[in-house]
Amino acid sequence: MKRRNFLKACLIGGTTIALGKTNKGWASGSFEGYPEAMGVLVDTTRCIGCRSCEAACNKEQKLPEPDTSFDDPSVFEHERRPTSKAYTVVNRYQKEQPSGPVYRKVQCNHCNEPACLTSCFVNAYTKTQEGAVIYNSKVCVGCRNCMIACPFNVPGYDYDSATNPIVKKCILCYDTRLKYGKPPACVEICPQEALTFGHRADLIKLAHERIRATPERYVDHVYGEKEVGGTSWLYLAPVGFDKLGFDTTLSNDPIISNVKDFLGMVPMVLSIWPALFSGIHLLCKHEEQDGHGHDTDSNQEDTKP
Amino acid sequence: MKKMIQHGLAIVDSPYDEDGKKRTLVNKLLLGLTPSQYLLQAFRNPFNWILAAIFAIGIPILIGRFFFGLAWATSGSNDYPWGLFLGFGLFAMVPLSSSGFQLGTACEIFGRHDLEPIERLALLNGLLGYFFAVMYLLADLGQPWRLPYPMVVSFGPAAVLFLVAWHVATYLSVQVAEVSTAFFEWIGFPAGKRGVRKITLGLTVSGIILSTLHQGALGALFTYAPGKVHPLWYSSSFQWLHFFVSSLPGGLCMVITVSTIAAKTMAWRGDTRFHEKLDKVTVSLAKGACMGIATYITIKLIAIAHDNKWAYLDSGWGQWFMFEIIVGFMLPLTLMTYGVHTRKMAIVRLGAFMTVFGVVLNRVNTAMITFNWKLPHREIPPWREVIISLTIFATYIVVYRFILYRLPILFKWRRQEQEETVPEAVPVPALGRREASSVPVASYSSMTKLD
Repeated sequence: MKRRNFLKACLIGGTTIALGKTNKGWASGSFEGYPEAMGVLVDTTRCIGCRSCEAACNKEQKLPEPDTSFDDPSVFEHERRPTSKAYTVVNRYQKEQPSGPVYRKVQCNHCNEPACLTSCFVNAYTKTQEGAVIYNSKVCVGCRNCMIACPFNVPGYDYDSATNPIVKKCILCYDTRLKYGKPPACVEICPQEALTFGHRADLIKLAHERIRATPERYVDHVYGEKEVGGTSWLYLAPVGFDKLGFDTTLSNDPIISNVKDFLGMVPMVLSIWPALFSGIHLLCKHEEQDGHGHDTDSNQEDTKP
Repeated sequence: MKKMIQHGLAIVDSPYDEDGKKRTLVNKLLLGLTPSQYLLQAFRNPFNWILAAIFAIGIPILIGRFFFGLAWATSGSNDYPWGLFLGFGLFAMVPLSSSGFQLGTACEIFGRHDLEPIERLALLNGLLGYFFAVMYLLADLGQPWRLPYPMVVSFGPAAVLFLVAWHVATYLSVQVAEVSTAFFEWIGFPAGKRGVRKITLGLTVSGIILSTLHQGALGALFTYAPGKVHPLWYSSSFQWLHFFVSSLPGGLCMVITVSTIAAKTMAWRGDTRFHEKLDKVTVSLAKGACMGIATYITIKLIAIAHDNKWAYLDSGWGQWFMFEIIVGFMLPLTLMTYGVHTRKMAIVRLGAFMTVFGVVLNRVNTAMITFNWKLPHREIPPWREVIISLTIFATYIVVYRFILYRLPILFKWRRQEQEETVPEAVPVPALGRREASSVPVASYSSMTKLD
């Protein structure tokens, strides 16, 4: 034998494994989102907690009836999160403050470099030119890695469905509105103009303009401008974002940056290991031929066909 | 079985029975017993009654999970998408199954033929561990029938999970091939065995590559969730190393654990070579495991220092972390080192048990207990989820035992080789031939020569 067979086997093994992942290197550039991406600016100082956005979303996305009606203020007693039955929820914070409570709308933030997308092994997520992060339920296997990866805890899952459980989250009304240049249902219905729809780049300017014009009204930060590489949904707030349930510990790097160390290691292992271990193998064999081997039986065996 | 052997039952360890007739498949399956004898010994074993009880309750619930959905069976929630099935079944079973590639490497690459008595057990342990990790995964996936999707329908090649899926799938087939030699011996198909032996070295090297990558990849999965896993269990630069390195002692100690259990509960099944060499082999494995643990503790400390996370040690989470490190890794390291030096096998084995516990605890901690540590509530698995996990684990034990009872894993399959594979032309004396052929039956040593 066998050197040739061995090398052949290594080569076949190596290429088989290498075939699966070619994209790794290209994932390392810095991507700041599509230039024409749309977005929504949420001015929490304007929100009065009427929950009409929740109702509009429910109607637009044909979601099931909620347990309590959209007029019921008792839902503010507990902090809620988006689920498979509600793509957006409004929470109330700072209720004991004299300046009055602050309401915050929660939904998918449509990251520029979504963690759900980069963690999905069947490519079920797409970031569209318009900025929406949409989901293809036809290929989803149901591993729920996107829910692990989402830094904002957004995707909800149909745990109740045995036959077709899928991930559900805000898709920026992509199918019914955004595709045709229309704003999402929640933005259109907002009576307070707390939500502003537009190009993400313009919204960032607008947000900073508002802060500059009335600095006493806002903290000097636009949440979502830089967090995890930037999101299509941007927030203005009158108090520190950490007081409104935002995660202020998130890095400005997209989530995928954390994974790049490992992804970069993969081709190294693929290329170095075969040489390293076949080298070690050859070294060990040499020793045996010099008479230091510990298994004479196997040497004898070798004469067999 | 012990009683029956005392009453003169011949153990099945060759293709021929005591009269020199070829054994039938049924005869091999029934371990040479008559059907009534077989049932009798099965009934007499109290462990079977425990298993029967687990299956009686567990199988209907397992089936129910597929009819009523995940919400019915698990605590799976929007905040804690991964529960026991993955936290224990996948993330803990996989590192305990790294033994296959390690012993394969030691025997085939490093030429440590003295470890061969345990090599097949290690390979089988690897295969079954992976296989049942996939079973747990199937129970957990929302749409398990779409498991092949990342292979054939839709590719997400930039995702770590894609790597895991491909590597586990390819590695599973590598392991099937590696274990198949024992199966081919058992069913009497020497051509198949020779075929596999030809590619053993290639299989072994691909085994190392695939294992390194996907053991690491399982850790890298959590680097998608910075801030969600408690900082003491999380390190974006070292996470894959933590998982990979701790899988090394995990796999070795799992082999010590399994071989200990097998030597105690099915002593009749091991041949004299297995029983005589077991202590020596265990010491070798324990030495390897000690190196692994020492490395693991070191990189764990480096990771804490790297991100300057010392302050977290002074908290409730810090105590839990210290418990895991001390009881799961430092103490077993001390015990095994002491046991190896003084040749006190009981202490070595105790250390190995504790390491297995430590690795499992580490995986469960990372995937479940410390996950979403900032959220106020912790998820406690409901009883149905616990029972399903237990049922799958019981199936793992049953399959493991079924194979150990029958295939030449702990013993050497006698006689077949000399009758069917040694050509007459080789001028080896009859007696020498018998001995010579009996060794490589359980080894691939002849294939490791690069002559």
